[in-house]
Amino acid sequence: MIVGQQKPIDEIWEMIRGQRQVLVLGCNSCVAVCHQGGTKQAEVLASLLRMQAVQVGVQIQLDVGGIERQCEHEFFNSALDAISNTESVLSLACGVGVQFMAENFHTTPVYPALNTTFLGAVERPGYFTEKCQACGNCVLAATGGLCPIASCAKRLLNGPCGGVSNGKCEINRELDCVWQLIVERLEAFGRLADYEKLFPLKDWSKDRAGGPRTFKVEGFLQ
Amino acid sequence: MSLKTNSKPERLLAAVHLAVTSECGPPRGSDPEVILNKGELLKKHVDAVNVTDNQTSVTRLSSLAACIHLKLMGVEPVLQMVTHDRNRIALQSDILGTASFDINNVLCLSGGHQVFGDCPDGQNVFDLDSMQLLQTVRHMRDNDKFISGDDIKRPPAMFVGAAANPFAEPFKIRVPRLAKKIGAGAEFIQTQCIYNLARFKEWMKDVRNRGLHEKVYILAGITPMKSLGMARYIKTMYLAWISRMKLSAGLPVFP
Repeated sequence: MIVGQQKPIDEIWEMIRGQRQVLVLGCNSCVAVCHQGGTKQAEVLASLLRMQAVQVGVQIQLDVGGIERQCEHEFFNSALDAISNTESVLSLACGVGVQFMAENFHTTPVYPALNTTFLGAVERPGYFTEKCQACGNCVLAATGGLCPIASCAKRLLNGPCGGVSNGKCEINRELDCVWQLIVERLEAFGRLADYEKLFPLKDWSKDRAGGPRTFKVEGFLQ
Repeated sequence: MSLKTNSKPERLLAAVHLAVTSECGPPRGSDPEVILNKGELLKKHVDAVNVTDNQTSVTRLSSLAACIHLKLMGVEPVLQMVTHDRNRIALQSDILGTASFDINNVLCLSGGHQVFGDCPDGQNVFDLDSMQLLQTVRHMRDNDKFISGDDIKRPPAMFVGAAANPFAEPFKIRVPRLAKKIGAGAEFIQTQCIYNLARFKEWMKDVRNRGLHEKVYILAGITPMKSLGMARYIKTMYLAWISRMKLSAGLPVFP
């Protein structure tokens, strides 16, 4: 899932303070799972912004709404009226949702309430960890099912570096060294010898380096 | 082994001599005197001088430029090259630039993470890692080709080295990791500084058991402590690499 984190309230306030009317719009998929971007969080955020407005004596109307996903057309039907009647939108979606709205509502400014942080897993309630960088060319078959691109601070394909200590990464002693885990995984299924196979130079053209990516599914294309 | 380059360390090591190298860290400024002075101090005492590449991710005068200064004064440089901050275009370009001055040694490294340097907010590159850089230099030298497959007119005649750390974790892959670097093309190895002789002996035993000492020249690293502060830093950062180190008010003691 996509993990996001709400921006500091002061930063959000600075973005919207010049507006007279803002629709605070939640997105009830990924970023609701991490308790940052759903309709509930949109309500709380709108309340905080109303208090801020009162404190500084600014007139601003804050409405609240929410849809299932801000990255697909079909989910916008229920919010079309609210969006067309507002001056601007403060979106609690990830960066995908914010941009999708911006592309589809040409005259409505859309502001991001979240920082989109990573593609991750729910390790345990309230704790999310990055697992994938969407490099477009999955390497997990060679690395025991654990990704050094997402989980190594140097994205080393032939790691580890010398910075491991007690199984932790030198840049943050709370982070596991993924290469230590890869080695342990390979050993656990009797494939430690595979460690010595060289990982060739990676084709990064499938990654961000190749420019914005698109994907067409033949047969479903409309 | 027949010689592949005009490298002095390669010649000495092939003749079964010991080779001694030292290190020269470029300055944080553009004054070449700093390098020339270091070169002058080292010139008569070592066979080659390793020039660090923005060591610990702190911005300094470039390793390549410092190598050229040393070369011009008759010192044999070893270009240290990290993949941390340059992509494969810049790396290949710098390899050619280095070779154009007939600098014949390169040490291929991944490099430290930028959080420890002076630009913690910077992007890191790691288009290649150290193993892939080894492969790249060997490919350029031995196949006369760029990574792309295009021909190189005057290939870089470089003696290709890598670092090895006999002490880092996970210990079980220390020797396999050396084997992997040899597989990637390393012809000489410079180890991290040795403060744990027992573990170094153990590592060398496993290296010999696999016959890796026949495939690569190993230069053991020694770093004299210059101050108590330095000893404290090493003890804090690299405790696992150290056997038993007591810090007294004067110099560190190794019991």
